[in-house]
Amino acid sequence: MKNDIVKSEKKSNITGSSLLIRILVVVGIYALVSALMLTGNMSRSWESLSIRICFNVILALSLNLVVGFLGELSLGHAGFYAVGAYAGSMFAVYTDFPMFVRIIGAVLVGALSAGIAGFLISSSILKLKGDYLAIVTLAFGEIIRSFVKILPGTGGTAGLSGIPAFPSRYVGFTFAYAFVILTLIILKCFINSRHGRAVTAIRDNVISAEMLGININRYKVTVFVIASVLAGVAGVIFSFFKTMIEPNDFSYNLSIEILVMVVIGGMGNLTGSIIAAGVIVVVPELLRALEDYRMLMYAIVLIAVMLINESPKKAQFIERYSPKVLLKKLLRKGEKKSESA
Amino acid sequence: MQVFISTLIDGLNQGSVYALIALGYSMVYGIAKMLNFAHGDVIMVGAYALFVSITQLELPIPVTFLLCVIISATLGFVVEKLAYKPLRKATPIAVLITAIGVSYLLQNIALLVFGSRRKMFTPFLKLGSLKVGGISIPMISFVIIGTMLVIMIGLQLFIKKTKTGIAMLAVSEDKAAAQLMGININRTISITFIIGSALAGIAAILYSAKYMTVDPYTGSLFGIKAFAAAVFGGIGSIPGAMIGGILIGVFEAMTTGYLPGNLTQASDGFAFAILIIMLILKPTGIFGTKRIEKV
Repeated sequence: MKNDIVKSEKKSNITGSSLLIRILVVVGIYALVSALMLTGNMSRSWESLSIRICFNVILALSLNLVVGFLGELSLGHAGFYAVGAYAGSMFAVYTDFPMFVRIIGAVLVGALSAGIAGFLISSSILKLKGDYLAIVTLAFGEIIRSFVKILPGTGGTAGLSGIPAFPSRYVGFTFAYAFVILTLIILKCFINSRHGRAVTAIRDNVISAEMLGININRYKVTVFVIASVLAGVAGVIFSFFKTMIEPNDFSYNLSIEILVMVVIGGMGNLTGSIIAAGVIVVVPELLRALEDYRMLMYAIVLIAVMLINESPKKAQFIERYSPKVLLKKLLRKGEKKSESA
Repeated sequence: MQVFISTLIDGLNQGSVYALIALGYSMVYGIAKMLNFAHGDVIMVGAYALFVSITQLELPIPVTFLLCVIISATLGFVVEKLAYKPLRKATPIAVLITAIGVSYLLQNIALLVFGSRRKMFTPFLKLGSLKVGGISIPMISFVIIGTMLVIMIGLQLFIKKTKTGIAMLAVSEDKAAAQLMGININRTISITFIIGSALAGIAAILYSAKYMTVDPYTGSLFGIKAFAAAVFGGIGSIPGAMIGGILIGVFEAMTTGYLPGNLTQASDGFAFAILIIMLILKPTGIFGTKRIEKV
């Protein structure tokens, strides 16, 4: 019974018009960027930025599933990204199919390997949570990175080169954009489903969720696998974009950078992650002079967002000055004036 | 055999420094129930303080040591007051992200101030070495191991015998009940951070005396391995931190010393692998106690 109510709420949430608006936004952005690219009105640096935004958005969205919806802090996201990038690009480097098959094959191989890594890692750490889980995911990320250095065929510390590039930037962007949309659809469907609600229930209270008959372990593994598959796909896009990858591309710093995107965008807010990923990729590019201060800013932003979120003054501030409240106040004033007149 | 013994002593050395850092993690984790990610970076700041006071200010050596410990302790105190205290009632994930932020902040400030190049110390502890049966053991090794032992015993006595120490135990057991007994929680947590960070300062001195270098990332990897040591021995336990630290140190020295050339590149990976295996098999560590979770 209760389930039905929730379902009908959800249905009314995505009405025809808002879905239409979303589709229009998605198509509009693609049309705008591709028009600029095809007419040659976009500088080279912006062309590559648009692809970089795409794979960073996929990374941020997938980490948000773990951090925002499952409520567990993973500091090893760069590890899954690395598995995808290396598996996919090794497939592309060491096979001799036509270009199209190689790209699709690389994505499949990368996603599958990252998924397997996600499955193995998450099913081995089911007992852990909180700080311990965070530190173990960090350790797994670093282990993946240090074993990439010694495994055969990965190019070692020097890196793996000779990965085929996208035929053109436009093709690359279309490809990456398609995967962003696919990621969004997968995540939206998952989160709005029964399974998604189970995952948020685990986040809000593990013991109560368990008492309701939710299989905690199965959901934890599912979330990790989905997130790592998506990170793996992002890794493949990254390696085709960069055409040469090295272990240092996948350091712990990258995991933190993705975490900053998720935290700034708001944990559990997909639109927020997209915007934050875009901002974090673009802003350092615009403010080249601030390059040295980039990491420092991330640090300050992380601390500030956390402190502001927890501060009681924030709640007061929102109560007084949020747009809705201000609008109501204005209306009320208007009413009073008309009454007195 | 000679190689084995000198590797072992190297491992004991490294392990003693890990043990000191692990103590800081362990105490803070036991009392504030948070993983202080920035603890490793306190060591880095301490080492830079030592570097500046020795090479640029040219102060007498004992003064530089004191300065290093004081700066580390103050840093720990300030970080707790500014960043962690407002989050006492926040979710663990919020506290953890803040701690990562603080760690990043310290690293990047050091990066801006001192640059990313490794700074070399001028040798400041000239102790020579001892020859035993054809093996020369640097005296500094004895100093490091001795310091660690003295501190462990001192800390154990402090926690078991003094009022403040008992208050710490009480807070780590049950905050609310401790408060009802008239213990000032904020003060106790502050003291814990000060002691933990002072130990990090001492670890910074020992580390610098042994390795003679410091860079902005000195602390982070070192800190994570020390945390592994704390977990290994059982979070919250002083002998646990010591044994965990020494085991990890010896294991690391052995893997770097005896693994075939190519594999040593992954030696960090091995230390992390131990951490993972330990956490999966026995999350409470060797000396840890299990807590039962209630609704």
